[in-house]
Amino acid sequence: MSEPSPNNPAPAEDAESEPRPGRVRKPIGWSTIIIAVLVAVSAGLVWRRDGTVGVLEILTHDLSLFGGILPRVLAGCLLGAFISEILPHEKVSRSLGPKSGLMGLLIGTAFGAILPGGPFTAYPVASALLAVGADFGATIAMVVSWTLIGYGRAVAWEIPIMGTDFTLWRILISLPLPVLAGALGRFVYVRIYPQPAAKDDEN
Amino acid sequence: MSAALLIDILLWGSVFGVGLIAFRRGPPVFKASLREGSMDFINIVPRIALGVIGSGYIAAIIPQEVITGWLGPDSGWLGGATAVVAGAATPGGPVIGFSIGTVALKSGGGVPQVVAYVVAWALFAFQRVILWEIPFMPARFVWFRCAVSVPFPFVAAAIAMVIGKP
Repeated sequence: MSEPSPNNPAPAEDAESEPRPGRVRKPIGWSTIIIAVLVAVSAGLVWRRDGTVGVLEILTHDLSLFGGILPRVLAGCLLGAFISEILPHEKVSRSLGPKSGLMGLLIGTAFGAILPGGPFTAYPVASALLAVGADFGATIAMVVSWTLIGYGRAVAWEIPIMGTDFTLWRILISLPLPVLAGALGRFVYVRIYPQPAAKDDEN
Repeated sequence: MSAALLIDILLWGSVFGVGLIAFRRGPPVFKASLREGSMDFINIVPRIALGVIGSGYIAAIIPQEVITGWLGPDSGWLGGATAVVAGAATPGGPVIGFSIGTVALKSGGGVPQVVAYVVAWALFAFQRVILWEIPFMPARFVWFRCAVSVPFPFVAAAIAMVIGKP
């Protein structure tokens, strides 16, 4: 981010013509259907237990929560889109690609740890990284790092609820895990999907 | 809450930062990514709405006592395995996950088990995976990520046992 662009101008036409895996979305997938059924059943059970008042109470609470989250979801989507547009494909595949080694995993981990926001930021950004040439290993390191050592959740939720001591020790214990997860991911990935590294560019 | 405000500022600051970089690459790049991001947002909103509004109901029908009951003081690897299942099965957001962890600690749950629980919750909470992770990322990546993450709550519990903290 701190790097000035002029010495490395990203070819815009390149980014335009590039197909974007993972960015084509069906509005309704099977996961949406599962969750809808789950929600409907749960709401029905709540209604049987607490009546209409109980159902409405939860609805109003969650509607206000939803209203609060929306701007952050927008921020996350924009962040992901900008990042996938401005990151040069070459550079990402070099520093986060399958051949990036331990360094790539460490970069992914550091990136996940400093990424602000919640799932609405982390997942669009991770998806953007995948789209511009990061491999599964580095992206796993990033996602696991965000979820385990990212400061956002720790500061906002874990410290107030679980206490500073527990949180700090928990984070300390978790420090090596993103790198290990990324390494394991890479190790397994090349065995499940054996393919020459050059092919990754088309993915 | 000031922590949330700080995070919002950081978040939007990053958006403006990368937006500025995109803008300096030229207005077409900026416009294209703005459109891309807005389309992502529009596509994702119905699913987020369903998830956020619906999760209250899911959380309401799974009593927290059930999950804390699973995290009893009976230590060992079985306790760790239970913690992993409990973490994955915990509905709702961080408030519920961490509150259950705290209750488990206070009611005599072992520290390694609670660490395993919190780590498993962070890695696998089914609701977050289904609601957030799968809509935003390629499903194949998500399943792979989850499968690869299975050992790590146990690793965390093992480290907690070895260092004897917190």
